[in-house]
Amino acid sequence: MSQHGEVWTFAEIEDGQIAGVSLELLGKGRELARALGVPLAAVLLGHRIRSLADRLFAYGADIVYGADHECLAEYTTLPYARVLTNLIRERKPEIVLYGATPLGRDLAPRVASALKTGLTADCTDLQIGSYESGGRVYQNKLLQIRPAWGGNIIATIVSPDHVPEMATVREGVMRVPDPVEGRTGTYIEVPVNPEPGDFKVRILERRTRPKRVDLRSAAIIVAGGYGMGSRENFALIHELAGVLGGAVGASRAAVDAGFIDAEHQIGQTGTTVRPKLYIACGISGAVQHRAGMEESAKILAINIDPEAPIFSVAHYGIVGDVREVIPKLIKALRGKL
Amino acid sequence: MRIIVLAKQVPDTKNVTGEVMKPDGTLNRAALAAIFNPEDLNALEMALDLKDRYGAEVIVITMGPPRAADILRDALCRGADRVILLSDRRFAGADTLATSYTIAQAITTHLMPFDLVVCGRQAIDGDTAQVPPQVAEKLGIPQVTYAVEVLELSDGRMRLRRDLGRREEVVEAELPLLITVPRTANRPRWPNARRLLKYRHARCGFELEAEARRRRCEVEEVLADLKARGLYIETWGAEEIQADLARIGLGGSPTKVKKVDSVVLKGRSLRFFTPDDKGIKELVSELIEERTFG
Repeated sequence: MSQHGEVWTFAEIEDGQIAGVSLELLGKGRELARALGVPLAAVLLGHRIRSLADRLFAYGADIVYGADHECLAEYTTLPYARVLTNLIRERKPEIVLYGATPLGRDLAPRVASALKTGLTADCTDLQIGSYESGGRVYQNKLLQIRPAWGGNIIATIVSPDHVPEMATVREGVMRVPDPVEGRTGTYIEVPVNPEPGDFKVRILERRTRPKRVDLRSAAIIVAGGYGMGSRENFALIHELAGVLGGAVGASRAAVDAGFIDAEHQIGQTGTTVRPKLYIACGISGAVQHRAGMEESAKILAINIDPEAPIFSVAHYGIVGDVREVIPKLIKALRGKL
Repeated sequence: MRIIVLAKQVPDTKNVTGEVMKPDGTLNRAALAAIFNPEDLNALEMALDLKDRYGAEVIVITMGPPRAADILRDALCRGADRVILLSDRRFAGADTLATSYTIAQAITTHLMPFDLVVCGRQAIDGDTAQVPPQVAEKLGIPQVTYAVEVLELSDGRMRLRRDLGRREEVVEAELPLLITVPRTANRPRWPNARRLLKYRHARCGFELEAEARRRRCEVEEVLADLKARGLYIETWGAEEIQADLARIGLGGSPTKVKKVDSVVLKGRSLRFFTPDDKGIKELVSELIEERTFG
């Protein structure tokens, strides 16, 4: 019997499925659980969720805590926070991980505050390690690694004296484990008793926008920055992406300038991507942008400024005017592909 | 209606110029300018817009070092009715839990009853977005994060539109309520010229002595004069808010920083190609050889 509590991951439901980031958490959660010698559990709140629990088992959960109730059918902060807080108090897990999604970032701080425990936001890595302070050595602590100061520093955070240790984890950074079909585990039903205070916020309408842009699963991304100059010139980005069968990305500066919609934004406040090929056109490469794309397998940067920081992370570079280089590139690719 | 806006002074991490970059490629943090956290300006705008529509008293609170009074002067110039500086050496080193405790304590000891707390979605130094939900929990009130528009306010209920990226929601929430506001919600108004002339003279508790020296009079006189003219920035420390000293500052923070690494620009084997047809053909051949296209 391990002296540690379990490792928990919060399983978020998106469009009736387990969200991608929740599967990513199971991969990292497995590593942490192995290091501590404890079971890996997923916490699943919703309505008619039993079949989703099997997905969580397939992706590595040993235990699924399922809270199945009509009042949890749609996420609202208060009942979710109450059910989860009570469950944590009762079962005393060692670690609880959440996806750093709008939902996770709404729920996790509320729960951390109620439990008076630590919470680290938007981690890009998690490890088990030791922490030394005031002559005391704490073993087997969760090292919570995250960028801060606009991505200019990387901080390692610990919660030495508080359990559970909690963190939200950035989407798209951890790898999804390979599922094992037919793998099973223990399903533990969590009783839910709604309270009047749970319903202070009611959802009147909910609209899901069609997912037109799927940057995270794109093998090739062509991204444009402020250096594209105008929305009209940005058509070159769409054309190049079309030739390559890739997705269209953008820097924040291009989004702010109105060249393209925010859902295409890559970087610290946008999406984190790691395609096989990333083509950065007219993107200077501020740290916030690099943080979202520098793990790409190959990076081609096209920029008029040879000193642009984007070249510091690029594998291939062309110093030149994007308005001249991109059409040439399109022509050359049309001849080859 | 009483609206409380939470604001933070932050280093301007979005405008990292050459001067703040050290020769080793790391950031000289002390050289960054201190600014009003951008999304807190969106929060203030949301509050001022509600004041315009429904009538309200808008109170802005910040926790920080004495120089954070700068953003409170700015808030007064933009239209805030009352501003409060939470500042005490013992508050220093607070993580989000200790910060939310301190702010909630200030509200419960001095500013009850309130109707609405408005916060920016997140601050650009930490990007955590954690303090607002933690303050809401401590105050025992509901929260609506990512609120981009207040559609209606009546009978102690607020109807709001939330933008969650892929999803949009319209929710109805009971007051008192805490909301967080992203940058897409509105365009913050500029400081009003007349207010600017008046409120740039506002002073916080830490600035009284310097002001007394400048005016060659007693601190008490300065304080009385500032208060009479509505130019005193209320300044509260741990005693004023009856804080439990075990829950504030570094000691009251469950999370500790184990280490901080500066991000250094990585050198990679970078190959340049010329921007002409020949160079681009070479590049395309190279990409095909490396099977980059799958």
